[in-house]
Amino acid sequence: MRRLNWERVVSILLLAPAVIAVAIFVYGFIGWTAYASLTKWDQMLPDFTLAGLSNYQKLFANQRFQIDLRNTVVFTIVFLVSCLIIGLTLAILLDQRIRGEGFFRSVYLFPMSISFIVTGVVWRWLLNPGSPELGSTGINLLFDMLGLGFLKTGWYTDPKIGIIAVAIAATWQMSGYTMAMYLAGLRAIPDELREAARVDGASEWQIVRYILLPILQPVTLSAVIVLGHISLKIYDLVVAMTGPGIGFATDVPAYFMWDTTFRGNHFARGAAIATVLLIMVAILIVPYLVHSIRTEAEL
Amino acid sequence: MTAREHVLRPRISSIRWQRVMLYTVLIAFAIFYLMPVYVLIVTGLKSFAEVSLYRMWYPPSGLHFDSYIKAWFGSEAEGFRGLNVNFMNSVYLTIPATIISAMWGSINGYILTKWKFRGSDVLFPLLLFGMFIPYQSILIPLVQTLQKINIFGIRLYGSIPGLILTHVIYGIPITTLIFRNYYASVPTELVEAARIDGANIFSVYRHVLFPLSMPGFVVVMIWQFTSIWNDFLFAATVTSNPEAQPITVGLNNLAGSYIVEWNVQMAGALIAALPTLLVYIFLGRFFMRGLMAGSLKG
Repeated sequence: MRRLNWERVVSILLLAPAVIAVAIFVYGFIGWTAYASLTKWDQMLPDFTLAGLSNYQKLFANQRFQIDLRNTVVFTIVFLVSCLIIGLTLAILLDQRIRGEGFFRSVYLFPMSISFIVTGVVWRWLLNPGSPELGSTGINLLFDMLGLGFLKTGWYTDPKIGIIAVAIAATWQMSGYTMAMYLAGLRAIPDELREAARVDGASEWQIVRYILLPILQPVTLSAVIVLGHISLKIYDLVVAMTGPGIGFATDVPAYFMWDTTFRGNHFARGAAIATVLLIMVAILIVPYLVHSIRTEAEL
Repeated sequence: MTAREHVLRPRISSIRWQRVMLYTVLIAFAIFYLMPVYVLIVTGLKSFAEVSLYRMWYPPSGLHFDSYIKAWFGSEAEGFRGLNVNFMNSVYLTIPATIISAMWGSINGYILTKWKFRGSDVLFPLLLFGMFIPYQSILIPLVQTLQKINIFGIRLYGSIPGLILTHVIYGIPITTLIFRNYYASVPTELVEAARIDGANIFSVYRHVLFPLSMPGFVVVMIWQFTSIWNDFLFAATVTSNPEAQPITVGLNNLAGSYIVEWNVQMAGALIAALPTLLVYIFLGRFFMRGLMAGSLKG
C-alpha cells in the first residue's frame, strides 16, 4: 500500500508539467487576451485601464472587420463545399478496385504535407491573371492555350471574387485530406451491404445516395468541423498569396488581428479580434470534443 | 452466337466504358494536384534568359540550377538574402522541438492510460482544446511573456530557443492525444504482469511501454516535424530578428520582395517544401495516421 502511494504521487508529478504548461499558456493566456480586449491598450506600452466592451462595439462597426467577416463566410462556404464534393467523389472513385490506387491516393494527399506559405507563393503565380496589354499568365494562359479563354477571370485581383481565389488554393491543399477521411469511412462499410443492394437492382448512384452517404454522415460531420475551424483560422495562405488585397478583398480576421496588433500596436483591438475568433472556433469545436469523448467513453 | 452472349456483350462494353471514364476522372484530378508542382519544377530549372511569365507552361531548354543557387545563397548585387540561413534555422528549430515534444507526449500518454486518477477523464478534453484554438488568442501574452523571460542568459523572444519552447508547449495536446490512443491499445495485462514481477512506475515505462512505442514515436515525430517546419504564425511573431527566422518566414520575405525574380521565388518554394515532401514520400503511411488523429478519429 505504501508503494502504491509514492507511485501515485510520482504519476501526478510526471503529468503536472504538461497540465501546468497548458493551464498557463492556453487558458491563462486566453484569459489575459480576453482581459486585454477590455482595456485601453493602444500603443507599445501596456495600458490596462478598463474600457468595458467599447473595443468590441468599435470593432463590429469597423468597415474592415465587416468585410473580413463577410470574406470568412464566403471563404468557408466555397472551401467546405468544394472540399466535401471533391473529397467524397475521389473517395468513391478510388473505392472501385482501382489499379494504382496507392499512387492516386498519394498524389491527391501530398499537398497536405507542405506549408501554406509554399502553397500561397505558387498559387499567387498560377492565379496571376496577367494584363490585357501584355497577355495572360498562369492559369489564364493555360486556358488560352487550351482554347478555354472564356473561363479567364481576374482571380484574386478582382475584388468581387478575390477571396474565392484564395479558397481555390486552400481546396487544392486540403481536399485530399477530406478524400482520405471519406476513404477510411468507406473501407469500414462491409461489401455485403453494397452487394445486397446490387442484387436488389439498385443502381450505383442509388447505392451512393441511399446507403453510403447516410453511413458516412459522421465522417462528413468530422470533416466539416476540421475544415471549418481551419477556415476560421486561415492566415498564412492569405499572407503569402495576396495580403489584404484591394479594398480588403482578401482580408480575413486573423490577418487583421496580426496587422493591427503587431504592426499598428492597437493591442486592445487585436485582442478583441482574437477573442471573437476564439469564440467562433469554440462554438464549432467544444460540442464536437464533448461528443467525441462521450462516444469514446461508451465504447 | 448464343442468345446469352447477345445479352452480355453490350453490358461488358458499357462496363469497360465506365472503367475508362473512371480512370479519366482520376487522372484529371491527379493533373490538377500535380500542376503546381510542374510549374515549380519547370520554372526553377529554366535559365534566367528563358524565364518569362508568358511562357510559364513550356518546359525548360535544359537543366539550369541558377535559380536554386540564387534562392539558396541570395544575391549581394541585388540586395536580398538567400534561404540558407533560414533553412538551417528551421533544422535547429524543428529537430529538438520534435524530439522534446515526442518524449513529453509519450510520458503524458503513459500516465493518462496506465495511471488514471480521478479527474483524468475531465483533464484530457481540457488539454485537447489547446490544439484547436486560434493561436491569435494567445499571441499577445506569449510575446509579452517571452520578452520577459531570460533563462541562463538565453533570451527567448526573437530566438530559436524561444520558438522551440513555443512549439513544444502548443504541441502538448496533439502529442498527448496520439500517445494516449496508442497506449490505450497496449493491453493492461502486460502492465499488470510486470507489476506482479515488482516493476515500479518507471520500470514499467522503460521495459514494457517504451520498447513498444516505436510506431507511436514515428507518427508523433512526423506530425510535429511537419507542423513545426511548416509553421508561419509563431515563427513570424516570435522571431523578428532576420538571423533567427525559419524557412517559412524567409520564403515569405523572398516572395514578398519586388526585386526577386519569380523563378527564384519558385526555386525557394521548392527548397522550403522539400524536407516535408521527402518525409511524406518515404513515410506516407505514418503521416496518414497522424492526420487521422488530428480529426480525433485515431
